[in-house]
Amino acid sequence: MFLYEQDLPVPSAKSNVLRFLDVARRFPGRTAGAPPFTAVRDLSFEVNESEFVSIVGPSGCGKSTLLNMIAGLDHPSEGTVSLHGVEVVGPNSSVGFMLQKDLLLPWRTVLHNVEFGLEARNMEPGARRERALKELKRCRITGFADRFPYQISGGQRQRAALARTLAIDPDVVLLDEPFSALDAQTKIVLQKSFAGTIANAGLTTLLITHDLSEAVAMSDRILVMSDGPGRIVDEIEVGLPDRDNPIARLATPRASEIVKHLFHALHIDNRLDA
Amino acid sequence: MSNEADTTTRTRLPLRVFSARAVWQSGTSAPAASLALAVLVLIAWQYLPPMFGVPKYIIPRVSDLWNEMIRMWLQENLLRHFISTASMSILGFVLGGLLGAVAGYALGLLPTWEKVLSPYILALQIAPKVAFAPLFILWFGYNAWPKLIVTVLVVFFPILVNVLQAMRIMDRDLINLARAYNMSKTKIFLKVMLPYSMPNLLAGLRIGATLAVIGITVGELVGGEIGLGYLISFGQGQANTSMVFDAIGLLTVIGVIMYWAVTSVENRILHYLPRAVGAQRSP
Ligand SMILES: Nc1ncnc2c1ncn2[C@@H]1O[C@H](COP(=O)(O)OP(=O)(O)OP(=O)(O)O)[C@@H](O)[C@H]1O
Ligand SMILES: [Mg+2]
Repeated sequence: MFLYEQDLPVPSAKSNVLRFLDVARRFPGRTAGAPPFTAVRDLSFEVNESEFVSIVGPSGCGKSTLLNMIAGLDHPSEGTVSLHGVEVVGPNSSVGFMLQKDLLLPWRTVLHNVEFGLEARNMEPGARRERALKELKRCRITGFADRFPYQISGGQRQRAALARTLAIDPDVVLLDEPFSALDAQTKIVLQKSFAGTIANAGLTTLLITHDLSEAVAMSDRILVMSDGPGRIVDEIEVGLPDRDNPIARLATPRASEIVKHLFHALHIDNRLDA
Repeated sequence: MSNEADTTTRTRLPLRVFSARAVWQSGTSAPAASLALAVLVLIAWQYLPPMFGVPKYIIPRVSDLWNEMIRMWLQENLLRHFISTASMSILGFVLGGLLGAVAGYALGLLPTWEKVLSPYILALQIAPKVAFAPLFILWFGYNAWPKLIVTVLVVFFPILVNVLQAMRIMDRDLINLARAYNMSKTKIFLKVMLPYSMPNLLAGLRIGATLAVIGITVGELVGGEIGLGYLISFGQGQANTSMVFDAIGLLTVIGVIMYWAVTSVENRILHYLPRAVGAQRSP
């Protein structure tokens, strides 16, 4: 879109880390003989190194499907998904993955949960623990290392989940509505905390969210997806400074302008079904 | 029992853990009341039947039961019978539990096989396994095998079904998370599926522990020359009601101890589940 052309940042010369090329994903029809269901189609976009991109779109438009294809848990029916120029054919240890559900293992302490991802590798237990402790510190939940998931709050659980995601040293972090189950205050605190952590680590990030101001507050660029079959129908360069400070960003007039634009792009005002 | 200890160590739990039941039992008087009730029942047992003219061979008095117990100990080699039944119950329980768990995980990992076998599993689960005991005696003779096989069968199914259930309701996202970390299938099984199914496995074992004693007892009743079940049928032949009562009492003791052992292992393993506090009380 050209609305904000005047403040577009200089296109970065950085290499793109993630690339979708004409990707479509179809699921088999519910009954034998039924036509296949197209979840997403004609998806083409790129995410550059250290860029923070958000994807917004109506429920069921295929956002989670898109993330699954990056994580190597699902495969496109058409087109290619590539990471660092290499086609994704299966799970890849340079991708960190985090969902709305914290998915902490209830039988493990927070510390052991953070170690979980590292256990897929042949890593010495001492080094693994040290790595996990470092990550807990970075995500500010060191005090809860020895607690079990049922003994900590929802916000702390999401912090622990982020620590686990970052512990494997991913280059790309995929966040599927990580804040949507949290109350408004915890959400803001965590957004700030996540934004800081991710900006400091220079991670390439893809965030899926339903919250338009969250998308504006946290990202460099926003992709808008249409109702199913999902396609990208709009792309917005946020062009705001202070990516590590979402609260300050939201206070700017430009932020509210973008939110308003997104609101219209998604036809939220005249949509009846959720 | 151990519930009081649990409530004190779990003070940080969310509120819902403190169910009405827990509040009800919060006083320290519960064990004392149980004990008082036991004493009351024993006294009533000793004095009420004679008062109503019930003969000893229908309901022996508590003192008769006690005397018979001592006589059995001295003359009938009670210890040998007790140990036989207890060890066979434990053996049958362990074997049935192992087989049930292995079969449950195997079928859980092989959904096609599960679909093919599920009608038969259901049929066998419903079939009264103890009724097979005479058949096994025909096949294997009067030795330890028939009762052991009956017990293994009886224990096998609840554990199989419970494990299978856990494998079916497994959180797919959890498995996907492990896959996204590039974890091997073996590691996913050991680190996610196995612990995830632990509450179900232990619930199955809890049921199995009580069923094991039933299986062994039926086996001993039908044939054999050893065990508390044998003493019951022997006592019946002698019209020795006290002997039957005593043997039943001892069988119950074995069952209770096995149940208690599984429950305490369960509480230790499932300490991370707040609901284990409530779950351990269901039969
Ligand atoms: N395994 C599957 N088989 C068949 N259809 C599927 C499957 N997975 C997803 N779908 C369908 O694909 C569409 C996109 O699903 P997806 O989970 O990606 O949506 P989403 O954009 O993440 O929605 P939400 O915002 O509600 O999380 C949905 O209509 C869904 O029903
Ligand atoms: Mg989704």
